[in-house]
Amino acid sequence: MNSTESQSPELAEVEVHGTSRGAFILRGALAAGALYGLGSVTPFVGQALAKSSGGDIDILNFALTLEYLEAAFYKEAQQQVKLSSDTKALAKLIQGHEDEHVAALTMAIKGAGGKPVTAPGVSFPFSDESGFLKLAQTFEDTGVSAYNGAAPAIKSVDVLASAGAIVQVEARHAAAIRLMAGESPAPDAFDKSLEKDAVLKAVQPFIKS
Amino acid sequence: MTPEIHDPATETEERQHTSALSRLAADPVSRKRFLTMAGGTGAAATLSAFLAACGSGGSSSTTSTTATMPASAANDVSQFGKGDIGIVNYALTLEYLETAFYGDVVNSGLFKGSSLATIKQFGEEESEHVQALTAAVKKLGGKPAPKPKAKFPLKDPNSVLKLAATVENLGAAAYLGQAGAIRSPEILASALAIHTVEGRHAAALNTLLGESPTPDGAFAKPADAATVLNAVKPFIVG
Repeated sequence: MNSTESQSPELAEVEVHGTSRGAFILRGALAAGALYGLGSVTPFVGQALAKSSGGDIDILNFALTLEYLEAAFYKEAQQQVKLSSDTKALAKLIQGHEDEHVAALTMAIKGAGGKPVTAPGVSFPFSDESGFLKLAQTFEDTGVSAYNGAAPAIKSVDVLASAGAIVQVEARHAAAIRLMAGESPAPDAFDKSLEKDAVLKAVQPFIKS
Repeated sequence: MTPEIHDPATETEERQHTSALSRLAADPVSRKRFLTMAGGTGAAATLSAFLAACGSGGSSSTTSTTATMPASAANDVSQFGKGDIGIVNYALTLEYLETAFYGDVVNSGLFKGSSLATIKQFGEEESEHVQALTAAVKKLGGKPAPKPKAKFPLKDPNSVLKLAATVENLGAAAYLGQAGAIRSPEILASALAIHTVEGRHAAALNTLLGESPTPDGAFAKPADAATVLNAVKPFIVG
């Protein structure tokens, strides 16, 4: 697979989130002005345009670690376990997405003036398809909860938009994996959100370094 | 939808609003401050383009709000209430439609067994979303949007599943389209918890139809309120 070529259209799209930030913010500011009176516009714009703080970079790096973990997991699954053709195709599809998430988050962190974390060393305890599906379900459900838990603390509107675009795809992965495993694709009406510490605890067993 | 009335009060607000933006563009001090916050020349270009769009929109003879604001999602949800109330009521309207749809599908007798169980479960989840959003609007001090009267074409299982997938994909995109406009962190957290469930529903229905669970690829696309409301309009009968 030519990763550079397959990734660039999606990356271009993420870039759009960045370059159109002004439009995004102005739209919100305009709405705020219309709805709350003009006095509210300036503080709203100021708040929305605040440069990605350490907070946003920390959140992005946290997300990047999870995406690295997922990408490595799906890659390993295709190489080391005998999967049915449908499951293998799904693992390949998802791995491609996780790779794109890694690339987008890395770019976003650099764009915000931060230093992207490096890929963690990983180890995954599974040896067959059912073990793969079980772990995949854990990763995707945890990923959804991690993004949902972190998102309200995101300060930059464009980082939030990107996180939203990613978390919906994680949820879609979770549903597809769950269907493949014979589980309910959407077991609850509301996806849980997890604090960073809880997420790290959940993925700790798979991180070697 | 929004009646085509020119409310003088709104018009005054409109003018003030436009003039404030014009001031922002014309006044070197506030402009500089704005651009510093916005982070450079890209924002300057956006601001100019934006003001130009406002100017051309001003001659429009449609509703007073669209005259000021071109293709703005926040504008379209403002018909449901102010700020977060408008956004939550917009979501509530969509969830009412989804709940009604699944209810009709269950009653149609087109599905049995595990498909029926899935449809029932999705319908129950939409109904829980309705309850949560209704409570959220009240907590914000607003009046919950009324339940729309809906009618859906229910011919055969395949076309119903297709419609379900369309509705869910649209619903997920609708939530994503509003995330950046939500002001309250609590409302944002609730919206996100629902957003990903809509995404799960959409992916499951796509999969049942033999289509990709992720039609937008690695990054889901948002939809603005105008697009979403236009898409669901055929199903609203009163």
